[in-house]
Amino acid sequence: MEIEIHVIHYLVISTVMMFCGIYGFFTRKNLLALLISVELMLNAVNVNFAVFNRYLFPDRLEGHFFSLFGIAVAAAETAVAIAIIINVYRNVKQVLTDDITDLKG
Amino acid sequence: MSISLQEIVFYIVGACIVVSSVLAVTTGKILRAATYLLFVLFGTGAIYGVLGYTFLGAVQLMVYAGGIVVLYVFSILLTRSDKDMKYRQSRARLVAVLLTVTVGAALVLFLVFTNGFALNLIPQGVELPVERIGRALIGTGKYEFVLPFEAVGVLLLACMVGAILIARKESGKSKE
Repeated sequence: MEIEIHVIHYLVISTVMMFCGIYGFFTRKNLLALLISVELMLNAVNVNFAVFNRYLFPDRLEGHFFSLFGIAVAAAETAVAIAIIINVYRNVKQVLTDDITDLKG
Repeated sequence: MSISLQEIVFYIVGACIVVSSVLAVTTGKILRAATYLLFVLFGTGAIYGVLGYTFLGAVQLMVYAGGIVVLYVFSILLTRSDKDMKYRQSRARLVAVLLTVTVGAALVLFLVFTNGFALNLIPQGVELPVERIGRALIGTGKYEFVLPFEAVGVLLLACMVGAILIARKESGKSKE
């Protein structure tokens, strides 16, 4: 059974997601909002892995597992990043990128 | 040409993803941004379902929607950053960012549309059996993934220990 959803439509969705993430990464100043933008970018990449696996090699699973491991790595990254942000908040009382300048000396 | 249920679901979900991801990076309140991110992640899970990767969709829902977004909301409330996020940006910087994003998106979309994807049909609606996923995940042969599986297990353990260690409160400085 084959349904006619063009592969381009999936790619358009993931492209929009990716560039929204990039826009947010450039414009936001709150560290948590930056992390949300990174999350959007990772998600777009995962969608592309799954779509291209289904499109090119429907009987194999490489892209599927890459996507799965990507989700796991994203979860690990988020946990560590949030721990760091909470620690920064405890020391600096602020989570804006403009205020974290201690390493400048 | 009749429109099937899966097509309807796909296009509704796609529109939802596009709108939510734009709103997630433009809204002024960070809690709203986290909520829009949640919608985007739900939509991605649905797209995996349409592709036939229902296991991947379930993982997406459990890990992202169940775990990561809750973590975000907790840390937003812990760091008291639930205020207005309308920061003043210099006009030149904003123009540069918008230019970068639009040019990049236009370039990628141009490549996608002119690439000429050959058959343009994805075999959908065929669910990937979980038994195949399990066997590929614990097999050691070609195209089987026991080594990355174990590596991810060690990575998750390490990051758990690291996160606890970093976020722990300093318990009394009289120890040294």
